[in-house]
Amino acid sequence: MEPFVRHNGLVAPLDRVNVDTDQIIPKQFLKRIERTGFGQFLFYDWRFDDKGEPNPEFVLNYPRYQGASILLTRNNFGSGSSREHAPWALLDYGFRVILAPSFADIFYNNCFKNGILPIILPEETIDELFKRVEANEGYRLTVDLEEQKITDDLGLEVTFDIDPYRKSCLLQGLDDIGITLQHEDAIRAYEEKRAADPYAHLL
Amino acid sequence: MARTMFEKLWDSHVVWEEPGKPSLLYIDLHLIHEVTSPQAFEGLRLAGRKVRRPDLTVATMDHNVPTWDRSLPITDAISLKQMETLKKNCEEFGIRLYDLYSEGQGIVHVIGPELGLTQPGMTIVCGDSHTSTHGAFGSLAFGIGTSEVEHVLATQCLQQMKPKTLAININGKLPPGVTAKDVILGIIGQIGTDGATGYVIEYRGEVVKQFSMEERMTICNMSIEAGARAGMVAPDEKTFEYVKGREFAPKGEDWERAVEAWKKLSTDPGATFDKEIDFDVTDLAPLVSWGTNPGQVVPVTGVVPDPASFENEVERKAAERALEYMDLKPGTPISDIKIDRVFIGSCTNARIEDLRAAAAVVKGHKVAPNVRAIVVPGSQTVKAQAEAEGLDEIFKAAGFEWRESGCSMCLGMNPDILQPGERCASTSNRNFEGRQGRGGRTHLVSPIMAAAAAIEGRFVDIRTWNINASA
Repeated sequence: MEPFVRHNGLVAPLDRVNVDTDQIIPKQFLKRIERTGFGQFLFYDWRFDDKGEPNPEFVLNYPRYQGASILLTRNNFGSGSSREHAPWALLDYGFRVILAPSFADIFYNNCFKNGILPIILPEETIDELFKRVEANEGYRLTVDLEEQKITDDLGLEVTFDIDPYRKSCLLQGLDDIGITLQHEDAIRAYEEKRAADPYAHLL
Repeated sequence: MARTMFEKLWDSHVVWEEPGKPSLLYIDLHLIHEVTSPQAFEGLRLAGRKVRRPDLTVATMDHNVPTWDRSLPITDAISLKQMETLKKNCEEFGIRLYDLYSEGQGIVHVIGPELGLTQPGMTIVCGDSHTSTHGAFGSLAFGIGTSEVEHVLATQCLQQMKPKTLAININGKLPPGVTAKDVILGIIGQIGTDGATGYVIEYRGEVVKQFSMEERMTICNMSIEAGARAGMVAPDEKTFEYVKGREFAPKGEDWERAVEAWKKLSTDPGATFDKEIDFDVTDLAPLVSWGTNPGQVVPVTGVVPDPASFENEVERKAAERALEYMDLKPGTPISDIKIDRVFIGSCTNARIEDLRAAAAVVKGHKVAPNVRAIVVPGSQTVKAQAEAEGLDEIFKAAGFEWRESGCSMCLGMNPDILQPGERCASTSNRNFEGRQGRGGRTHLVSPIMAAAAAIEGRFVDIRTWNINASA
C-alpha cells in the first residue's frame, strides 16, 4: 500500500447525503477479478447517460473539477454494500482524500486498506468548505496526516481526529497481514486451546 | 462483572491485544463468494501465502449466477469467469465449494444456517454486508472488504476496533399482517440509515423471543441498513432446535457440551449497553419504502411525504432527489402506486417461511396482467422444500416465474434486472438508485405485501385486502 503523509489537491464537491457504494461503483462493474481499472466506472450512473456519454450536469464532469483528488461530501458516505471496489474505484479515479461529516463503517475501514484517507469533520466545517469550493475556482486543500491538519491558501486551518493506529499504518503504508503474522505464536496458542476443548472459550 | 452477549463473544475470541491498537479476533467461520474473493486469492498468491484454515472456510456461488434452468449455458462470459475463478481458487487452496450445480448452493446467508455451519457463539465473516444475518443465532457476524477477506484467509484472524453496543428492545403485540420485515423497516425508518453506525445491535424483547429463527434472520439481516456492523439475538431453545441435526452441527456428546456453552451467551442481568432504544410494534402497519434508502418508509395506508416536511435542508434535498428518481409526487396515496415487477427473493426474505406466507396470499389468484413477477428461492434446499410442499405450483398457476436460487434481482448482477423506469415491489433489502437495474425503482416490502401487490398491480394493505372480492 502506498503511504499517505501529506497531500495537496484540487477539491470536488459532491453535495449529497447517504451516497451508497452502489452509486460509487454500480454492480455491473463488480465482475472484474483484478483490483485495478475501476476508476472509469466510478459514479457511472451519475457520470454517464443511458448512451454512455458524459452527463454534463454531474459535478465531476464540470471542467473546473477535472483532476480533483479530494472529494468533499455529506453524511453517511459509503453506506450499503461492503464492496471494496468502491475505494478501488475512487483511488483509481484519483481521489486520495474524502471529507465528510460521517462515513459508513465498512467503507471507512476499506479506505485505510487502500491508502485513501477518509476524514470526519464537523458539519459546520463541511458547510464552510462547500462554500469555499463553490466560490473559488481551482480551490485546493493541503492535508497533512502527520500534523492532522487541513489548510487552504485563504487562511483556513482545521485539525481533525484520527485513530493513532490507523494513522501510523497509513503513514508507513503497512501491510496488515504482515503485522498480524507477527503474532503467529498467539494465533497458534489460541487454536491449540480451542482444539483441546472446542467450547471452553465460551464457558 | 455483568457482560452483554457481544462482550462475551468478543472476549472469547481475542487472540491478542494491547492498548491503543485494534484487537486481533479469531474467526470461526469464513464464508466466501465469487464477487468479493478473487482479488483476495490473487493477493495470497502474490505474497506466497496459504489459506490458514481451509476447514473453516466455505464457498458458494450466489451473487451473479443466472436463475434460469441450470442445464442452460451461462451466457455472461465475465460472470462465468468469476465463477470459474472461484472454483479454481477453491481447488487450489482446498476449500469446500457449493458451486452452481450443487444441491447445497444458495445465497451465502441462507445456506450457512441451513447447513448448520452457522452456530451460536461463533465469529462469522464474509465479504458481504448482509453477513449480519447470522447474528440471529447469537453469533458475532459481520461483513468485510476484500482486503480483510485476504487477511482472514491468510491468518484466520481480523484486526478489529471494538464497536459500541446498542440494545433495541422490541416490545408490544405484533398485529396480523405485520411481519418481521415491517419491524426492521420500521426501526430503520425511526433511527435512520446511519442510526446504528459504530454499534453492534442486540435485538431484545418479547417480540424477538416470539419470532421464529427465520424472522430473526430477517431482522438481523437488515442491521447493516441502519449502519450497524452486526445485529444479534440471544440463542434460546428455538435456536438449538433449529441447529440440531443439521449437517455441520455438533453431534452426540459435543452437542450437549455445545448447548451448555451456548446457554451462557445471553446478556447477563444488569449488563449495560452504550445505548438503548425502545421500539413498540403494537401500532405498526405494513410498510412500503417510497425513496432511495431503506429508512425512507411509510405505512401502506399513508402517502408519499412532502420534502418540505423535512426540517433539515440536506434531508429535504435528499427527499426531493429521491422523489424525482422514484417519479413520485408528494401526497400520492401509497395504494395508488402501480407496479410493473415483483421480486420475491434475497437473503432478507427468500427462506421457506417467506415463500409459504407469499404462496398463501397468492393461492387461487392471478398476477395482474401488466405485472411480471418472479420468485427466487434463497437456496436449492429452500427450492426443493417449497416444491415438496407444492408452493411452486401455486406460484406458477398464478403466473409467477419460479426460478433457481441466487441473489438475483436484489442486486441485479445477473440477468434479472429492472428496465429503466420500471417499478418493483421487492422483498429485498436495498432501494438504492439503480440497485435493481439502471433507472429501476424499488419499493421494499414484506413477502405477503409483495405477493398481494403482484395480484392487484399496485400496493394494497394486506391487513384488509379482500381476498374473495378480487378472486
